[in-house]
Amino acid sequence: MRKTTFKGTALPLLLLTPQLVITAIFFLWPAGAAIWQSLLQEDPWGMSSQFVGLRNFTEVLAEPEWRGAAWNTLIFSTSVAVLAMGTALFLAVQADKSIRGANIYRTLLIWPYAVAPAVAAVLWLFLFHPSIGLVGRALNEAGIAWDYKLNGNQAMLLIIVAAAWKQVSYNFIFFLAGLQSIPRAVLEAAAIDGAKPVRRFWTIILPLLSPTAFFLLVVNLVYAFFDTFGVIHALTGGGPGKATETLIYKVYVEGVQNVNLGSSSAQSVILMVLVIALTAVQFRFIERKVHY
Amino acid sequence: MRRRFLAQASLAAAAIAATRPARAQAPVEIQFWHGLAQPLGGQLEEIVAAFNASQSGVKVVPSFRGSYPETMVAAIAAFRANAAPHVVQMFEVGTGTMMAAGRAVKPVHELLSESGVSIDFNDYLPAVRGYYQASDGRQMSMPFNSSTATMFYNKDHFKRAGLDPEMPPKTWEELAEAIKKLKAAGIASPMTTSWPAWVQVEQVSAIHNIPLASLGNGFDGLGATMQVNNPLMVRHMNNLIAWQKDGLFKYGGRDNAADALFPAGEVSLTMASSSLRARLLRESRFAWGTAMLPYYSDVAGAPRNSIIGGASFWALNRGPSGGRNAAEWKGVAEFYRYLSQPEIDAKWHMDTGYVPVRRASYQVAKSQGFYEKNPGTEVAIEQLLRGGDTTPNTRGIRLGGYVEIRNIIQEEMEKSFQGQQNGQQAMEAVTQRANTVLRNFERQNRG
Repeated sequence: MRKTTFKGTALPLLLLTPQLVITAIFFLWPAGAAIWQSLLQEDPWGMSSQFVGLRNFTEVLAEPEWRGAAWNTLIFSTSVAVLAMGTALFLAVQADKSIRGANIYRTLLIWPYAVAPAVAAVLWLFLFHPSIGLVGRALNEAGIAWDYKLNGNQAMLLIIVAAAWKQVSYNFIFFLAGLQSIPRAVLEAAAIDGAKPVRRFWTIILPLLSPTAFFLLVVNLVYAFFDTFGVIHALTGGGPGKATETLIYKVYVEGVQNVNLGSSSAQSVILMVLVIALTAVQFRFIERKVHY
Repeated sequence: MRRRFLAQASLAAAAIAATRPARAQAPVEIQFWHGLAQPLGGQLEEIVAAFNASQSGVKVVPSFRGSYPETMVAAIAAFRANAAPHVVQMFEVGTGTMMAAGRAVKPVHELLSESGVSIDFNDYLPAVRGYYQASDGRQMSMPFNSSTATMFYNKDHFKRAGLDPEMPPKTWEELAEAIKKLKAAGIASPMTTSWPAWVQVEQVSAIHNIPLASLGNGFDGLGATMQVNNPLMVRHMNNLIAWQKDGLFKYGGRDNAADALFPAGEVSLTMASSSLRARLLRESRFAWGTAMLPYYSDVAGAPRNSIIGGASFWALNRGPSGGRNAAEWKGVAEFYRYLSQPEIDAKWHMDTGYVPVRRASYQVAKSQGFYEKNPGTEVAIEQLLRGGDTTPNTRGIRLGGYVEIRNIIQEEMEKSFQGQQNGQQAMEAVTQRANTVLRNFERQNRG
């Protein structure tokens, strides 16, 4: 890698300033405010506030509802990441072949990324709503009791599929680019040595794709943690019961619906710590196994 | 050059001086946030426009802020940022939170006495005014759009099942028979409910004169505890669960999600806000009727009045440090006085399906022959007036954090309908979780 060394400190600082200012305004300041708020007990109107130390945290962690949401988040994020990445990899491998109209397929596969989460959710709602959805009604007429408004597992399945569908396109672009940067010579050499396509995929393509896959794993998990609010809000609203309430959705319910700011802030601080830890673990352990 | 400049300067000064008295005469602006989508929002804004046209001292500026919960949160956030609206429309569920808001709120009785404006609250329906009064009877917010829950039934389905279309079930026992017959006649799911918590828990408690929470449903203090784990509620939940299992009852989702099922002809019978009427008139392609909510015939003292839903108007300070002057409060009081006129209220009632909040408005609608021309529209009012004066169990609900508690009720009902728990367990879970919310609210608002 080529390194540029600046003389003095004024210019580098100047060049860094815009990014630092953005980080300070959009991350450090709100995060600091959340941490401070998480230590307070306040009435909704903000007229009396009292320092309560870590009580908000101990209460949140003792709540069975919070643990339920944590469990939902685990299932949801893992499933979304696996499903979105698996599907995208499969599609990318297929689209990488020299077939007629490959560009059209590629463009079409990228489209869903341009759909806003709430719009995507409404789309899925019109497909799977038990009484007005096309697929939902067909399922019920076929004798399958489909009602995600009452069946927690079906609701979870639906938001996983809807959230993963949105992310497939993004993963697809990266996988396709990764595939195209694998040297043809290596693949051809393996083919000449008698390696079948499946073997070539597992021993050559996949290891060489691992930096891309690792990057996407981080991005997908962060997406599933934070960016899926719109899908959940529009499709299930966290229900039925609390079957699809994830940690980020619970932060919203607690803070915006119930105006319980102390508890909501404590939950968002816990969430922040979790994601920082998760990313650190990924970089520390998984990255070692990645071939660059 | 300089002379010309001086001349211009003095002209400008004169112009400023000239605008000053004009500015003093400019109307006082009252910011008014509401949570009614179209078409109701438009009808409300027409009333506001009529008020503005009726006088020149006050100008009310209406602004739609999303659903009721969104409007509530927006008003709270604005208050914290010292930019609250003068008047905000707040749904009845938020009443407990507003009552505990202390200095944030300007109570109606204070507003009126300071401004020298009078409104005859004694003429208001007890179930309406009581919901928005402090426990000592002082009026805290201005009642406006009130509804209650009623039953709507499909007369064509009733005929098909051999039931008398002019005799809707009065009791839950009769209703159980009716939905079995409807099912036998080929209706896949005969019954549903909108607003599961409001209709099946709050209304059922009130109609049977049973407390939902202690301390008069919270009217007498923040220390109230939830009491829905009583035999009647458990029995009612177990009935709903059993009917759902047998395909007699269909759970249609939270809040008003089930509204769509009845006009689509999917169910024969629904319990929903009386304001659903407008939609039924527009969408239903069959004959339908309106009836009062059913009651259990073996409960002594039942049926009583149902409780209201809908919203009232709250006057707010600008922010935590106050910041409104007497002219602004006077403007709000004038606006309230305008809204309280029976003719205005009666028109709103007849146009929308909300109930009249005053007896005088009820008379206005009666004298115009509205109820003969529109059969069924009287049911909601009769039900609100049923059983005479309200009791501590039928006044309404005054619990802090009630938005959250309603969701808890809906969540636990959903778990029951999934077969995860019975009625007893559901009501125990609601009680326990709601009490956590209530204690938390009490702690936040103690100081």
